[in-house]
Amino acid sequence: MSKRAGHVLRLATPLKAWAQRFALFLLVGATFGLMMLGKADTLLIERARVAVTDAVAPILDAASRPVSSFNDALENAKELATVREQNAALRQQVAELSHWQQEARTFQSENGVLRKLLNLAPEAGSSSITARVIGDQSGVFRRSVLIGAGLDDGVRKGQPALTGDGLAGRVAEVGEHSARILLITDLNSRIPVFVGEARDRAILAGDNSSMAGLQYLAPGVHPQVGARVVTSGQGGVFPPGLPVGVVSASGEQGIQVRPFVDWEHLEFLRLIDYELRGLLKSDGRVLSEDGNQSSAITN
Amino acid sequence: MKHTPLQRLDLWARALSPFAITALLVLASVALVRSPEVAPAVPSLALAAVFYWTVFRPDLMPPWAIFLLGLFQDLITGIPVGAGVLALLIVYLTVTAQRRFFSAASFFMLWVSFILIAAIATLPMWLAASFLLGQFVDPAPVLLQYLVTVAVYPCLAWLFGQAQQAFLRAA
Repeated sequence: MSKRAGHVLRLATPLKAWAQRFALFLLVGATFGLMMLGKADTLLIERARVAVTDAVAPILDAASRPVSSFNDALENAKELATVREQNAALRQQVAELSHWQQEARTFQSENGVLRKLLNLAPEAGSSSITARVIGDQSGVFRRSVLIGAGLDDGVRKGQPALTGDGLAGRVAEVGEHSARILLITDLNSRIPVFVGEARDRAILAGDNSSMAGLQYLAPGVHPQVGARVVTSGQGGVFPPGLPVGVVSASGEQGIQVRPFVDWEHLEFLRLIDYELRGLLKSDGRVLSEDGNQSSAITN
Repeated sequence: MKHTPLQRLDLWARALSPFAITALLVLASVALVRSPEVAPAVPSLALAAVFYWTVFRPDLMPPWAIFLLGLFQDLITGIPVGAGVLALLIVYLTVTAQRRFFSAASFFMLWVSFILIAAIATLPMWLAASFLLGQFVDPAPVLLQYLVTVAVYPCLAWLFGQAQQAFLRAA
């Protein structure tokens, strides 16, 4: 009996080793196949990402609550120490801002009158959804966050995501209950913007750092440090005029933009549903080339 | 030795613990919201976990499990799909190739080996990711992530050791 078992074992061991080696070979092959597949069919990979994110979204959502409340508690303790100085600074700011508010009101009414005078087509209406940030994918290869709202909540691909400070990114992938926001600092992010008061057209391009660069500026245009960067609305995906950041460096190595968004306190994001198509329908006539472009992109 | 169904379920759950712990660590690395400055400094926990378990319990960390963990990691953390899987499989391959050495290695020798193996695994991952993204990824954050990963390895190894004691002592 024992002799037979030994015999079987002697036979089985190389066979087993061979099978294991073959399996390993298959897996390495599958890995390269996967890479090629990802390169060829990005949509399939995107669907897989969405499915996995959707599956773990409830766990991430539950985990994000204590983490953020812990962060809040820490922040509160820090702020308590400087509450007096902050109060003084805020009072001063309120005084300055109320002056600006007056100015803005004047401009707003003036703008309304001038628009009417020119018979300018009205801006597209918009509504917004607020969602909690439940996960952060930012790392070596990517800058994006996960939010706990999806198709069920009205989130759609391409919607811009904002914090109170400015533009953070746009919806890149959307599942039933979760979505991925591609941040404006990601390597793959490209956003049409206006720079400075001259409203020079440019493309804001991320590079996986905390800053973003400006590309495709017209030759001879050199934006000054401190110039405001806002979305231009070109392409019709984003509403025009969303605050993005300020030019922080302008030189030979290119132009750097520091986003307004406070990346360390990314807790809630507001997604804007920019209803350009609704406008086209209700108005019944074609707006401009922007409108045409947008339908091409959103379809 | 016969086991009752409940005992068998218990054994099965224990055998699954290396896989589950690694998957949870991958999930945890996404759960924390962080500032862009520290984002590249988040260690690759899966790399350390796969190394530890292939050294100590290769029977519970078969290559197909590594493949699945890598795929899960790539899909959820946004690494270009396949690049992370490749790194984990390379860890497995190098450890299995030197199985005799690892079975007798001290903790310090294991750490030194991990420093070497993580480098051997990270370089192809970086190249593959650059190829998949269609442009060269800045090597500085990749290097930073590598350094942080090998620096936190002793802590992780201690953690895995505790888990091994708790779940797999009897098995």
